[in-house]
Amino acid sequence: MASTQENTVRARAVRKRFPMGEGYLEALKGIDLEIKRGEYISIMGPSGSGKTTLFNMIGGLDKPSDGTVYIDEVDIAQLDAYELAWLRCRKIGYIFQTFNLIPVMTALENVTLPMIFAGLSNDEAISKGRGLLETVGLGERWQHKPTELSGGQQQRVAIARSFANDPSIILADEPTANLDLKTGHDIIELLRKLNKEMGVTIISNTHDPSMLNVSDRIIWIRDGRVDRIEARSDIDINVGTIGGDVLGGVGSADSHGGAAGKHAMDRLTGEATNGGQ
Amino acid sequence: MDEQITHEEAIRRLRTDMKTSSVATPFATALKIAFQSLRIRFWRSIITIAGIFFAIAFLVSVLNSAVVELAVNPDEGSQVSGTGIRFILTLLAAEPRQAWLVTMSLIVCVIGIANAMLMSVTERYKEIGTMKCLGALDIFVIELFLLESGFQGLVGSFTGALIGAGLVLVSALVKHGFAVMGILPWSQMVINILLATVIGLLLTLLGASFPAYRASQMPPADAMRTEV
Ligand SMILES: Nc1ncnc2c1ncn2[C@@H]1O[C@H](COP(=O)(O)OP(=O)(O)O)[C@@H](O)[C@H]1O
Ligand SMILES: [Mg+2]
Repeated sequence: MASTQENTVRARAVRKRFPMGEGYLEALKGIDLEIKRGEYISIMGPSGSGKTTLFNMIGGLDKPSDGTVYIDEVDIAQLDAYELAWLRCRKIGYIFQTFNLIPVMTALENVTLPMIFAGLSNDEAISKGRGLLETVGLGERWQHKPTELSGGQQQRVAIARSFANDPSIILADEPTANLDLKTGHDIIELLRKLNKEMGVTIISNTHDPSMLNVSDRIIWIRDGRVDRIEARSDIDINVGTIGGDVLGGVGSADSHGGAAGKHAMDRLTGEATNGGQ
Repeated sequence: MDEQITHEEAIRRLRTDMKTSSVATPFATALKIAFQSLRIRFWRSIITIAGIFFAIAFLVSVLNSAVVELAVNPDEGSQVSGTGIRFILTLLAAEPRQAWLVTMSLIVCVIGIANAMLMSVTERYKEIGTMKCLGALDIFVIELFLLESGFQGLVGSFTGALIGAGLVLVSALVKHGFAVMGILPWSQMVINILLATVIGLLLTLLGASFPAYRASQMPPADAMRTEV
C-alpha cells in the first residue's frame, strides 16, 4: 500500500521555453516541487507568472524543455503517446477555467466519456456517471446539454467528469475564474470535500482568497520560479491575523513569517484589480 | 519516512497497470459525436454535401450519357468499351475535354471538403484538446473526423449519383422517346452509379485525411489555454 507520505507529483528543475520571434520566452525557469498524495495544493501567482504552463507540465499535457516531471515516480517524458493517453485517462482528472464540456453531449454523456475511453460498458458508465452527478448535486440534470446549464452547473459536471476514472490527481487551473464569487466558493468547497472524502490529490489555482483556507499548502509562483511555499499551519495563523498582525511568525516554517498571509492577500487584491484573464 | 522507489520500478508498475486496463477507441461513441457535430452545423454540412453532390452528379451524367449514346448509336470502332472502371477509363481517355472537366470538378470537390474540415478542426481545437485530456487516443480523433466527413461524402455522392443518372434518363427519353428504355444497358448504368458513389466517398476521405491528422496532433495543452 502506498504510504500517505509518498510523492504523487515531483518536478525537478523544470524549465519551459516557448519560441518567440528570434529567441524564446522562458515561462518556467527551474521549478522544483514535491506534492504528496492526498494534498490540496494551491498554485498562486500573478497573471503570466507561469501557472498554466506549470499545470500543463504536471498534467502531462506538454513536455518540459529541461528538467523532469515525475507522476507516481514515473518520468513522464519517457512515456509514449499511448501511455500518456492512458495516464490522462485514468490517473489525472482535468478541470478547466472555461469548463470545456463537449457541447454536443449531455451532462451524463460528458461524465461517461472518459469511462468509455477506459473501456467501461455503457451500463456501468451510466450508473457510475449518474452517481457522480448526484455527488456534485446535479442528479436531476443529467440529460441537459451544457448550454442549458449555468456556469456553476457546468463546472460541477466538469468536476464529476474529472472524477470519472477515479484519478489520483485532479488538476484545476482557475476553476472559478468564470464564476461569480458565491458559485466559486461552492465549487472550491466541493473540491475540498471530494479531496477529503476520496483522498485524491488536488492541485488548483484561483483568485479567490477562500482558497487559502482549504489548501494544505500554497505554492507561490513568480516569474517562472517558485517564490515560496506556505504550509497550512502558516496560512491559518496568518489569515487569522489579517489586519491585526499579532501572531506573526508563530508556527511559520519559512522566513516570511506573519507577513506572508498579509502579503498573500495583498497579492490577491493586486491581481484582482489587474483583471486577470 | 519516505520510501523512495526507483524509476525503473515505477515504470514497471505503471506498465503492469496498463496491461490490465487499456484505453479504448469506442466506435459507437465516435459515431454519435460525429453525427451530433454535423447536426449542430447543419447548414454548413449541407453546403459541403452540396459540393460533393454536384461533382458526382456531373461525373455520373458524363458516364451515363456515354452509355446511352453507345446504346443508341452502337459504334464498332469506338475505343470506349467494357463496364465499371474499365468503361470509365476508356471513356475519359477517348474524351479528353470531358476528362478534364470531370477531373477539375472532382479536384474542386476535394479542396472544398479539405477546407470545410479544416474549418471544423480549427473551431473545435478546444473540444479536441479536451477529449485528449480525457484520454482520447489520436486514432479516436482521426476516426471522429473521418466519420464526420465520410457521412457527408456518402450522402452527397449517392444522392448526386442518383440525380445525375436520373437527369440522363430524362434527357434520353426526351431525345429518343420511350422506346429507348428497351435498349439501355441498365446494369451498366447502375454500376456507374455505385462506382461514382464509391469514388465520391474515397475522394471525401482523401480531402478529410489531412485535417483529421492535424486534429489528432493537436496538443491537449490547448484545452487549458483561455485566450482566443
Ligand atoms: N504556448 C505558448 N506560446 C508562447 N508563449 C506562451 C505559451 N503559453 C504561455 N506562454 C507565455 O508564458 C508565460 C506564462 O504564461 P502562463 O503559464 O499562461 O501564465 P499564468 O497561467 O500564470 O497566467 C506568459 O508570458 C505567456 O505569454
Ligand atoms: Mg493561467
